[in-house]
Amino acid sequence: MSRPCVSRKAFLIGFLLVALLIAGVGSFYASGNPDGLEFVAEKTGFLDSAKDSAAADSPFAGYSTKGIDDVPLSAGVAGVVGSLIVLVLAGGLFWAVRRRGSQDAKDEGEKTPSGA
Amino acid sequence: MSQQRNVSSMHVPDGFLNAPTSLATGVVAVAGVALALRGAHKELDDRTAPMAGLVATFVFAGQMMNFPVAAGTSGHLLGGALAAALVGPWTAVLCISVVLVVQALFMADGGITALGTNITLMALVGVAVGWLVFVAVRAILPKRLSSIAPASAVGALLSVPIAAIAFTVLFAIGGTAPVSTGKVLAAMVSWHAAIGIGEALITGLVVAGVIAVRPDLVYGARPVLAARELEIRPGHPPQTTPQQEAQA
Repeated sequence: MSRPCVSRKAFLIGFLLVALLIAGVGSFYASGNPDGLEFVAEKTGFLDSAKDSAAADSPFAGYSTKGIDDVPLSAGVAGVVGSLIVLVLAGGLFWAVRRRGSQDAKDEGEKTPSGA
Repeated sequence: MSQQRNVSSMHVPDGFLNAPTSLATGVVAVAGVALALRGAHKELDDRTAPMAGLVATFVFAGQMMNFPVAAGTSGHLLGGALAAALVGPWTAVLCISVVLVVQALFMADGGITALGTNITLMALVGVAVGWLVFVAVRAILPKRLSSIAPASAVGALLSVPIAAIAFTVLFAIGGTAPVSTGKVLAAMVSWHAAIGIGEALITGLVVAGVIAVRPDLVYGARPVLAARELEIRPGHPPQTTPQQEAQA
């Protein structure tokens, strides 16, 4: 069973699709109730000390896309765009930071049928 | 909040904490991220770097998915324990930090002056607690693959209320509103203990799902996988993997 039943590429693509599906579609079904911090801030009386973010005019502020009135679509586009920004930034960062070399051995280790 | 929200994911906004406290958490965040960059270099290679990018993406998506908690509250994934189990603690700090930066700059979720606070609470405290508890529970449970997901869930369970306590400490030091610390502490801990249960369920399910398909891509499962190779296939030549050195 240590022999993977799904190729790494297929796994990563599947993982990405699940994330995009959650951000693009699932988030519309998310609970609209205030979250823990917001709820506590309101209940104990310090919510009013919050100030609007300097990014409040961003086209995706509050996870809704400016210019799209349809609510699910507006949230879905913001979610997918945000996810892709994270993918590019984090992916780029990790690719730059990663250890190089000793790669051939690993690729061989993955391709060679490992017993079983 | 004057902002209309379709998705009620809220991190610490601008204004909750005063400038000196925000500055101090900013310094802590920069130091933590700098350390994480060095640590992540050891955790990441050509095989795991793409996985780490996707874990950050998944955490961003997961944080949008607020789940209902009792009495009109919701919670959402913090993701520190999840990322730590999947890609290693240092890389996880960077995953959550990138998510928080994108949320603050593009989604106006979490204040920009509060970015250091949010990184300190969710990326540093959340990951540290999630990972350390995970490692401790993994050491207690049998050395089996099936122990990894429950261990990550326990880490997730505790990471949320402890991050909430850390927020309360910051609020006690530099909160701008005259609200008693005791009241904030009690409310933060009780609600976030409940949210931690959701965090634990999501973390456990996702880690179990990845382990079912590609256990070799789960950083936290490496010691168990290495032990299993030795037990089950004693005659098999050791695979050349970076696992051993990565554990250093």
